[in-house]
Amino acid sequence: MTSPATTRGEPGRPPGADREAGHFGPYGGRFAPEALMSALEELATEYATAQADPAFQAELAELLRGYAGRPTLVTEVPRFAARAGDCRILLKREDMAHTGSHKINNVLGQALLTKRMGKKRVIAETGAGQHGVATATACALLGLDCVVYMGEEDTRRQALNVARMQMLGAEVVPVTNGSRTLKDAINEAFRDWVTTVETSHYCIGSVMGPDPFPTMVRDFQRIIGVEAREQVLAMTGRLPDAVVACVGGGSNAIGAFHAFIPDESVRLIGCEAGGDSPDSGHNAATLVAGSAGVIHGMRTYLLQDADGQTLPTHSVSAGLDYPGVGPEHSWLHDTGRASYRAISDSQAMDAFSLLCQTEGIIPAIESAHALAGALQLGGELDPGSLLLVNLSGRGDKDVDIAARWFGHLDGEAAR
Amino acid sequence: MSAAHIAGEAGRAEGVSPPSQRSAGTGGSSPDGSARVGAPEARSRRAGQLGGSGGSSPRVSRVSVAFEKAAAGGRAALVGYLPAGFPSVAGAAEAAVAIAQAGADVIEIGLPYSDPLMDGPVIQEATHRALAGGTHVSDVLRTVETVAAAGVPTLVMTYWNPVDHYGVSAFARDLAAAGGAGLITPDLPPEEAGDWLEAADDCGLDRVFLVAPSSSDARIARITADCRGFVYAASLMGTTGARESVGAAAAGLVSRVRDATSLPVAVGLGVRDGFQAAEVAGFADGVIVGSAFVQRLLAAPDAQAGLDSVRDLAAELAAGVRGPAR
Repeated sequence: MTSPATTRGEPGRPPGADREAGHFGPYGGRFAPEALMSALEELATEYATAQADPAFQAELAELLRGYAGRPTLVTEVPRFAARAGDCRILLKREDMAHTGSHKINNVLGQALLTKRMGKKRVIAETGAGQHGVATATACALLGLDCVVYMGEEDTRRQALNVARMQMLGAEVVPVTNGSRTLKDAINEAFRDWVTTVETSHYCIGSVMGPDPFPTMVRDFQRIIGVEAREQVLAMTGRLPDAVVACVGGGSNAIGAFHAFIPDESVRLIGCEAGGDSPDSGHNAATLVAGSAGVIHGMRTYLLQDADGQTLPTHSVSAGLDYPGVGPEHSWLHDTGRASYRAISDSQAMDAFSLLCQTEGIIPAIESAHALAGALQLGGELDPGSLLLVNLSGRGDKDVDIAARWFGHLDGEAAR
Repeated sequence: MSAAHIAGEAGRAEGVSPPSQRSAGTGGSSPDGSARVGAPEARSRRAGQLGGSGGSSPRVSRVSVAFEKAAAGGRAALVGYLPAGFPSVAGAAEAAVAIAQAGADVIEIGLPYSDPLMDGPVIQEATHRALAGGTHVSDVLRTVETVAAAGVPTLVMTYWNPVDHYGVSAFARDLAAAGGAGLITPDLPPEEAGDWLEAADDCGLDRVFLVAPSSSDARIARITADCRGFVYAASLMGTTGARESVGAAAAGLVSRVRDATSLPVAVGLGVRDGFQAAEVAGFADGVIVGSAFVQRLLAAPDAQAGLDSVRDLAAELAAGVRGPAR
């Protein structure tokens, strides 16, 4: 039996270390229905075997290279950086990956595992639609059935992505209960999985959920930082002073941060969705405004009320509109190895517009939160600092929302 | 607030002890009288051992005692579930007491939660309405107090976060003070339950964990070692909700659980009528019914009709657990 003493944090441990399988300090774990426990054990075992299997690693590496388009570029953005004070800014171009975001890194890994386990059907949840599109893509490629749960509210906000998933052969199920957003899509995906676990794999889209998902998804996304670290060293001869990424569930951020965790000089900065404002309560800034608890199978920070009920969230970005966060981020937050700040909707949209107009790159609104964080950090760090920003996705999916925000479409601007 | 009114109801319900024979008329689908009471020898063998395993509690488990009484009567126990706060805080308590009066041996009060990922549409709907109506954790504890005061052992069934947020030891203390018998924790595996195992011991509360058809024998041994009161066997792989048939996996699961523990084993998920209750009573120590009660409350045109309806179903199920189908 695990005693409480060993499930609690050990401050002396290096951050990011899996203190005990599936735990990050006091966070993580497997708070899942018993019906899923055997599937989680099977997945953990299968994943460990696959990790040690050169054939699996080679197959994944080849898909990442020849299909997803890795390594992605690192691009310096001097005209954008000029608006951030005296600093250099480099973008890790996950927006250039196939399907338009970093999500493909994870789904290719999990889809290969699904086949390895002899399962034929993949379940996914999606908020903005990026993970749903990536999962539908990987399933089309590998001949797997795909069902994507998406909050009804989000199917309206991201109608084009619904069409994309359908074109790729996936079934998209609008979720009409609860708040009809990402967290409810996750609930529904779990309900499906508990019923179909013998034949289905639940391909979670972020570094969240019960063990082994946070560790496994982190490992699949780790390539972002591994590549970027080498690229930045080759380009500049030095490590960045800060790595900046947006955080919803936190998979692109963990992917960007992880290879830099041992580099003590490198600050790791997560940018959460501040919504209307961090103080208004209309936000999704889990680490900035939340407290520890249990949600979706993991112990982590979450936005909750006095009774431990999950609070409604708000963000202009559907992909960050989530009341929890990956458990490893909670641990990085508590240990101080990474720091997190809230970026408001309007700060993110200003940075979105600035990147479009200074560099000719349309970022995802999620990624625009990291860009806004970089604009702030430029003024906070020493002159001449070098910032690496993970541009986690492209903004094609956000054209409609952004056009409304800036008043480019008929009618009033959304704000 | 009608707590006083409910307390009055509760007063009349004192000594809730189901009549040993239900009239045949109460349950349309109650099994024929010739049906053999399932495994009476096993039941009497088990009666008297119950409440032993894991019992470092200073108090005897009232839940185990209720199962023991049922076993001594050569029948399975009936466990009824309702979420607190639906159709109202008072209404839920009143309905739970009615279910107990009509023959349930143990009551589970659900703590409505914003993200009920193990519940099907019926319980989701009810708990959603309970939360929208402003049900708080304090209301759940008051509901327990009312129902327990009616003389029926009362457990809280809850997702873990509300208890975690309340503070595990504080919740255990307040639940015990309200007369609650313990917790059923569907998303808290024993591996993550260190604080709760201690708090339950300190407060003499039962801790009911779930086993599923997919659980390995090793996990069943691990889980049942930390259970007290009874073991909750999920009949099938899925969420809560009434179904046409109870999973065939249930009987096999019950038998595997019995190999691991002397605690009573109750089967939940999918039971909706007296016939199914009888079927499950043929191989399990207890029959758990939730969604079918909630469905009746959802369908009722008014509070009184809801009460009558759940009372009828409880009577039908109580007859069912007394006359196994085989």
